[in-house]
Amino acid sequence: MPTRTLEWIIERLLFLCAALSVLTTAGIIAVLAFETYEFLREVPILDFLTGTEWTPLFANRQFGVLPLVAGTLLVSAIAMVVALPMGLLAATYLSEYAPDTLRRIVKPVLEILAGVPTVVYGYFALTFVTPLLQRVFPTLSGFNALSPGLVMGLMILPLVSSLSEDAMRAVPSGLREGSYALGATRMQTAIKVVVPAAFSGVTAAFILAVSRAIGETMIVAIAAGQQPRLTANPFVPIETMTAYIVQVSLGDTPQGTIEYRTIFAVGMLLFLMTFVLNLISTWLRERFREEYA
Amino acid sequence: MRKPADLIFQAISLLTLVVALAALGALVWTVVADGAPRLSWQFITNIASRNAEKAGVYHALMGSIWVITLTGLLALPVGVAAAIYLEEYGSRSAVARFIELNIANLAAVPSIIYGLLGLGLFVRLMGMGQSVMAGAATLALLALPVVILSTREALRTVPNSIREGSYALGATKWQTIWNQVLPMSLPGVLTGLILALSRAIGETAPLITIGALTYIPFAPDTVWSKFTVLPIQIFNWVSRPQADFKVNAAAGILVLLVLLLSMNAVAVIVRDRYQRQGRA
Repeated sequence: MPTRTLEWIIERLLFLCAALSVLTTAGIIAVLAFETYEFLREVPILDFLTGTEWTPLFANRQFGVLPLVAGTLLVSAIAMVVALPMGLLAATYLSEYAPDTLRRIVKPVLEILAGVPTVVYGYFALTFVTPLLQRVFPTLSGFNALSPGLVMGLMILPLVSSLSEDAMRAVPSGLREGSYALGATRMQTAIKVVVPAAFSGVTAAFILAVSRAIGETMIVAIAAGQQPRLTANPFVPIETMTAYIVQVSLGDTPQGTIEYRTIFAVGMLLFLMTFVLNLISTWLRERFREEYA
Repeated sequence: MRKPADLIFQAISLLTLVVALAALGALVWTVVADGAPRLSWQFITNIASRNAEKAGVYHALMGSIWVITLTGLLALPVGVAAAIYLEEYGSRSAVARFIELNIANLAAVPSIIYGLLGLGLFVRLMGMGQSVMAGAATLALLALPVVILSTREALRTVPNSIREGSYALGATKWQTIWNQVLPMSLPGVLTGLILALSRAIGETAPLITIGALTYIPFAPDTVWSKFTVLPIQIFNWVSRPQADFKVNAAAGILVLLVLLLSMNAVAVIVRDRYQRQGRA
């Protein structure tokens, strides 16, 4: 075979492998859309999106997804209350204050925190954090939104801090020096110059963190309970969208039944929520890169 | 008054780091304190059992090793090929730009969604059933974005002069990549692969979703066997109300963490050797 033809074939093959990622996205959308379509033929979309009761596994079936969405948002909100301020402070410290030796110790430890399997965090939430919290709040139920929310915040913290730190370190040092020259302290420079200058990068990190929290599964499947409930009370058992998918997958639900299709409908909603957040985050990061390119 | 405020701010920032590290310490301490007493050679070589004292992780450990090996075999060639295309061929075209955007987005898709894809595509449509193959294919798709990103970084470290020298000697583009660029970037590629796999080995949700069983008393013997993996076995034990099984879960976590640490250690060794060679 002539070399030129061979080179051409190889380039096409490599392209196919790269295009597989687009096929993966297409595959996700196709699989979710197909089963969701079948689901929506039996359940009107308005009932699904606005219903306040979710009992597909009971005799009296209700397909209102709001309790699952509320559970997801409640746990994610608690996680964000932990991860956002702590992540931003940690990033500020690492970027603006920490000596190089300390950075070299702390960064790998944060990476370890990010690399712990989520099932381990679930164990930690259920057997350590919940009993600990129960000593402070005796009314706290054994399964609740608070404990997995806090632990999830700990899990997401490294993501927030490392992406925010990258954004802050990309801010040109001329801006900092200008601020120092005007007599500002390091804190004033960090809060009033560096963080605003890195704003789109930091926001991108925040949004990605929210997306991670919404899609996180094992911590909530282990420690939050299996009771879909439309509530903002973090002390009682709830169920998130992801935990519901796990609950049904563990059972023996035959293909083609409405119960089987519910996990794809819930998955579709989950995918759309995270997809929009990811797109916004990518767009913000691109904008940030352009600002200081 | 400005200085004290600055000091307080610094102290609070440092405190958040300390809190995060303390939480990590508490996590490790809990798992070790709970699980270490159950850890024994028997725990590694026994299979699941209704009796917590006699139960072990052999079947799950073997399942994890089968799945992760196959995941690596699937993800490595495809991921490297995709990275070569994006880095060496199409880096400026609009199509390549679209693919890049798509990969960045895929990296942030929740892992449980990959499980639903695997369930619909591999388990049902392609009829793989709840086999090692279906699990590995699902995890390979999940690991691909990471493998592609790390391979691209490794390819970028190869100086352009190497490529130009190869072209000057009359080599074609592919000959240059195959004979010069890939061998030079191989350690970086392997490090990235191991790190991607060490993330995949802790994944639980996608494998539960494709229907990997929570109770399966045997190790897989072919890629078409049904299987379970360590994280699923841990999840199964954690969800039982009896305290005895929680101890098993902690011991299982220790086995999983040791597996993870050894994979990371291999990655560090590979990277170290690479850096030494680079300097020489």
